[in-house]
Amino acid sequence: MAGLQSQDFARISATTFRPPDVRHDFEVAKLIDVSKCIGCKACQAACLEWNNLREEIGINRGVYDNPHDLTENTWTLMRFTEWENPDSGNLEWLIRKDGCMHCADPGCLKACPSPGAIVQYNNGIVDFVSENCIGCGYCVKGCPFNIPRISKADHKAYKCTLCSDRVSVGQAPACAKACPTGAIVFGTKQAMLDHAQGRITDLKSRGFKNAGIYDPPGVGGTHVMYVLHHADQPQLYANLPNNPRISQVVELWKGLTKYAGMAVVGFAAAFAFVHATVARRNDVSRAEDREAEHLIDEEASRGRQA
Amino acid sequence: MAVRREEERTTVDRYPGRVRVNHWVTAISLILLTLSGAALFHPSLFFLSSLFGGGSNTRALHPWIGVVLLASFAILFVQMVRYNFWTKVDTQWMHHIGEVMSGREENLPEIGKYNGAQKIVFWLMTLLILVLFGTGIVIWYEYFGASFTIEQQRLGHIVHALAAIAMLLVVIVHIYAGFYVRGTISAMTEGKVTGGWAFRHHRLWLRQEAREGVIDERQTPPRRHSPGPAE
Amino acid sequence: MTNSWTDIKNTDLVIIMGGNAAEAHPCGFKWVTEAKAQRGAKLIVVDPRFTRSASVADFYAPIRQGTDIAFLLGAMKYCIDNDKIQHDYVRAFTNAPYIVKEGFGYQDGLFTGYDEAKRDYDRSSWEYELGPDGYVQVDETLQHPRSVYQLLKKHIAAYTPEMVERICGTPKDKFLAICKMISETSARDKVMTSMYALGWTQHSKGSQNIRSMAMLQLLLGNIGVRGGGMNALRGHSNIQGLTDIGLMSNLIPGYLTLGTDREVDFQTYMSTRGFKPLRPNQMSYWQNYKKFMVSFLKSMWGKAATPENDFAYQWLPKLDVPGYDMLRYFDMMHQGKVNGYFCQGFNPLLSLSNRGKVSASLSKLKFLVVMDPLQTETARFWKDEGVHNDVRPESIQTEVFELPTTCFAEDEGSLVNSGRWLQWHWPGQEPPGEAKPDTWIMAQIHQRLRALYAKEGGAFPDPILNLHWPYRLPDDPQPDEMAKEMNGYVVSTVTDPVDPTKVLLERGKQVDTFGQLRDDGSTACGCWIYAGSWTERGNMMARRDTSDPANTGAYSNWAFSWPANRRILYNRASADIDGKPWDPKRKLIEWNGAAWTGYDVPDIAPTAKPQDVGPFIMNPEGTARLFSRGMMKDGPFPAHYEPFESPVANVMAPKIRGNPAARIFKDDLAALGTSDKFPYAATSYRLTEHFHYWTKHVWVNAVLQPEFFVEISEQLAAEKNIQKGGWVKVSSARGTVYAKAVVTKRIKPLICDGKTVHVVGIPLHWGFTGAARKGFGPNSLTPFVGDANIETPEFKAFLVNVEPSNGPATS
Repeated sequence: MAGLQSQDFARISATTFRPPDVRHDFEVAKLIDVSKCIGCKACQAACLEWNNLREEIGINRGVYDNPHDLTENTWTLMRFTEWENPDSGNLEWLIRKDGCMHCADPGCLKACPSPGAIVQYNNGIVDFVSENCIGCGYCVKGCPFNIPRISKADHKAYKCTLCSDRVSVGQAPACAKACPTGAIVFGTKQAMLDHAQGRITDLKSRGFKNAGIYDPPGVGGTHVMYVLHHADQPQLYANLPNNPRISQVVELWKGLTKYAGMAVVGFAAAFAFVHATVARRNDVSRAEDREAEHLIDEEASRGRQA
Repeated sequence: MAVRREEERTTVDRYPGRVRVNHWVTAISLILLTLSGAALFHPSLFFLSSLFGGGSNTRALHPWIGVVLLASFAILFVQMVRYNFWTKVDTQWMHHIGEVMSGREENLPEIGKYNGAQKIVFWLMTLLILVLFGTGIVIWYEYFGASFTIEQQRLGHIVHALAAIAMLLVVIVHIYAGFYVRGTISAMTEGKVTGGWAFRHHRLWLRQEAREGVIDERQTPPRRHSPGPAE
Repeated sequence: MTNSWTDIKNTDLVIIMGGNAAEAHPCGFKWVTEAKAQRGAKLIVVDPRFTRSASVADFYAPIRQGTDIAFLLGAMKYCIDNDKIQHDYVRAFTNAPYIVKEGFGYQDGLFTGYDEAKRDYDRSSWEYELGPDGYVQVDETLQHPRSVYQLLKKHIAAYTPEMVERICGTPKDKFLAICKMISETSARDKVMTSMYALGWTQHSKGSQNIRSMAMLQLLLGNIGVRGGGMNALRGHSNIQGLTDIGLMSNLIPGYLTLGTDREVDFQTYMSTRGFKPLRPNQMSYWQNYKKFMVSFLKSMWGKAATPENDFAYQWLPKLDVPGYDMLRYFDMMHQGKVNGYFCQGFNPLLSLSNRGKVSASLSKLKFLVVMDPLQTETARFWKDEGVHNDVRPESIQTEVFELPTTCFAEDEGSLVNSGRWLQWHWPGQEPPGEAKPDTWIMAQIHQRLRALYAKEGGAFPDPILNLHWPYRLPDDPQPDEMAKEMNGYVVSTVTDPVDPTKVLLERGKQVDTFGQLRDDGSTACGCWIYAGSWTERGNMMARRDTSDPANTGAYSNWAFSWPANRRILYNRASADIDGKPWDPKRKLIEWNGAAWTGYDVPDIAPTAKPQDVGPFIMNPEGTARLFSRGMMKDGPFPAHYEPFESPVANVMAPKIRGNPAARIFKDDLAALGTSDKFPYAATSYRLTEHFHYWTKHVWVNAVLQPEFFVEISEQLAAEKNIQKGGWVKVSSARGTVYAKAVVTKRIKPLICDGKTVHVVGIPLHWGFTGAARKGFGPNSLTPFVGDANIETPEFKAFLVNVEPSNGPATS
């Protein structure tokens, strides 16, 4: 996040004040054209190298996906799906670059309890700020795309930064820079939407009548978008959610519960305070002390008789 | 356990040391859990995480304190459960709860060691601690993050939060009751209450205790029908 | 490549067959993406596997490996039968109208002149009928029964769609759909580009695979035009350069050939090389051969090369066999006939066929020198690595010297890409440790050898003692010095014979073009095709001008493209017989009545009249050869032959195994497997995550593809009870490997000649050094047999068996 400062923040996790949000010049977006992607993993390599990440050398599990899932060191991952199109009878090898979608309405940020551990810049990038991260894993639950990963070593959450460090100095993300076929392009969100339209037209002309863009409105749109040949069936692409949105449970937890809980507890405490102030003391009277003595004697003697 | 005649007053043993220790371990755990939980619950309370050495430590400690709470409360439960079975008298007593809150207990039925409200607190705490611990495991990401689905963890979070709120309410009731009903706190500090307190609030229990016998701890010989300790 | 990477953006149709451009050439593949996105170009992929290229293709069809010729001859038949060839182009620019001598024929899979004992042809009947004037006889109507066109039609008549399906396993409807797409590019304003690589080369008939597509492209009129061509995607960034400067044992730089031991003097040597034109007025560029050869000899021996000593022709080695290709050399090693071996940037233990034989061969050496930036398996062939290199070090006496070299990123110099562009580059960082440039090492060895020869004499010291060694630091020749030497320079001033005061070439200056080279010893040039790369104007290879007038994709001021900075070879063929572009939108050059003008450097003299000089000036005919005369060892036309190890018999000629003219050594013939024991058709290939055996040393690449695997179909997995991700044992007649099983829908069983053929895919990137997990390569399994013409091993089609396994540790 070098170069981006507090005044570039649009939202900050677990913070009750709103940032000034004045530098709202334009939003950026990365467009991943799945139909141009050859699954070469140059983006994965570029991500590992630019971010200086040290992923483990794994094993082969009978698929091309390596590593087998996103990890704290693998912020982007090619996911390969072999799909036999029932309409054409043709095999399609659907290859999707998975990673943070940089939602306009980020579930991770909503779920995060640590002030400033997750920020959203005015350009739309959602970034994790490690020094503020407490490793609770709430972001994992907040995310509709199952992206953040918590390191077993330092218990911090990690995910794609959209190379906010590069973007802040006018560079495209490392993956976009490395992509040999131009399947990953980067620019303003509007430019990417316009670019996508051209691609969709081309795909439709090649028989993909449901080609379209994936910019899901359920999360307010995303700053990483896909061009899909089968935009009507995003789940084909390694379970890309059909209509992602922040889980209702998370909304309830981080919405009503948070405020209602505070209110209820506060009210209870206030009631106790008021009661303590105004209610008659519940205290032992001298008469009761005397009666107690009497009763003790009585019972004691009964006890002895028994 | 016994009723003791002291120089200035008569006391009734309510809690032996082992129960008091357990109670306070439980109580301190609950307070720490409340503080650390609150830090993670609402941004305006995040500052409380400083008490635990910052957010990461708070995140790491909170579940372990929960384990301490569970263990401590489990012992407490064993110690107390036999006094906490519900009786018809408790139901009667509960009908007069408004009078208790107004400081009038003249018309209440005689009550054993615990009244209905205390039993409710006991059972609510038992239930809530189980729920909190169960959901706490589900959301203990460091060790169990891979054992539950994200959807299960989401549910875990909201149930944990709701249970914690409920727990806080119970704790507030419990603490306030101890404070409002004067003379109660000594039960957990010194382990004993005054005879008058026992007479007023738990007369049946006082009868039972007195029937067990009275220990005279006075230097001077006792006078029959002597006035109360205040004299 | 006849064209260039950047030119692919101009195409209408890309056919990827015999390669997997997206996988192995992802950066170059961007130009396919560009053509698709900007021009709406279509992409066809024909491959035994549904590859990464196929994943972005418009049309995919499966094919059994090693049957490409049948497919392509079938496609030619389709185009001819449906009148989808570019007639004017074919008539003007190919040898279709030429008459072939009486006596040529083809029957039962064999051309005339076959000698079974020698596994070779007497090729004398594969020749044109020449007239009394020495020129070839022509029938412009193409109707003469012995015209190349009629012979071709007859030759391919058997390759019907049904036959193609029977041989290749390609469903007839898919084959026909592809033929239709291909045939549309016979229109003057439509072009197809062919992108191929080792998927065609690494067969016992690899050269003919490529020829087949070249012939198809000629029939369609797609050679010499923008967006067309035959585009070989080179497997290393500088393998083109290595070929240019004499990679093969029978070549010297610039595709000049080494003399044989029968060519005892320069005159004899030259008598078979300066081809006379076979058509009136035609330019036969090899008539300049002597200029290139003498200039080469001058660059080698400088002042010691004089007209009196035939410019030191005698000091060049002479071949006693057609060539010392690597198969032959390792066979000699295996027979104990080789003492020492220099392995420079080469890892034969993994990259040559039949690893067992390679390992045994290396064990018979006295010494082995390995020059490489990386710790190669070859340098450790003696090391016991358990199942991954099962040898007994105590029984191996070979002394191994490992000389660490710099890698490309630490060097200055030029790389020649597939499009023949010489691109200069500068070091990115200092080399680590003791690593030294290869040139430094070679210079050190040379200096020491020279000193020894000077001191002790020896049997034949002359070539070494007289070697021209003009470098500033004799121990460390610099890239600029060597590049200038390659370009060529003037040894002695040349004046105009008419006006001696007029200096044509000034002594000491760099030559501008190979046109300035002379056969009298007044010029020197290390590699004539590189002439123009470093002239008096400076280092042309270092140019980085991205301007591209008219957006032709030529980028003529970016680096230097041999020859003569020509971006598209045979560009004369982009215009019709009168010099008008076939497609004005794709104009490259045009005859303006007096000269050729346009965007590229014409192949022919700028003032050569269009009707006179054909575009294919490296052929004495001036035309391209549909019938290759005696130039190919295995036939003037391509014919379908099965791989040496094939799951089915050759349906065209059942008695013939493999390519009848491919050389195979006796022991290796015995080591071939048969489909009863090894029922599955295996092929080897690269993955995009890795580059050969290099990147397994790189942590990041090892992460992306960590472990050796083989790919099989779901059907074969079910049949053999193989689990996805489980271990399998793959064996051939030559060896066994263990691999993880990738079970995929992308490989489907093929039906060939009524038989189900299972394809097994074996990627090649693992060994026992580096960061990735230890594994095996396919070459523990591959047969020791090469292409008939250039001896490239048949890595792409062989037989294996596959069994489930518990893995290498316990099996």
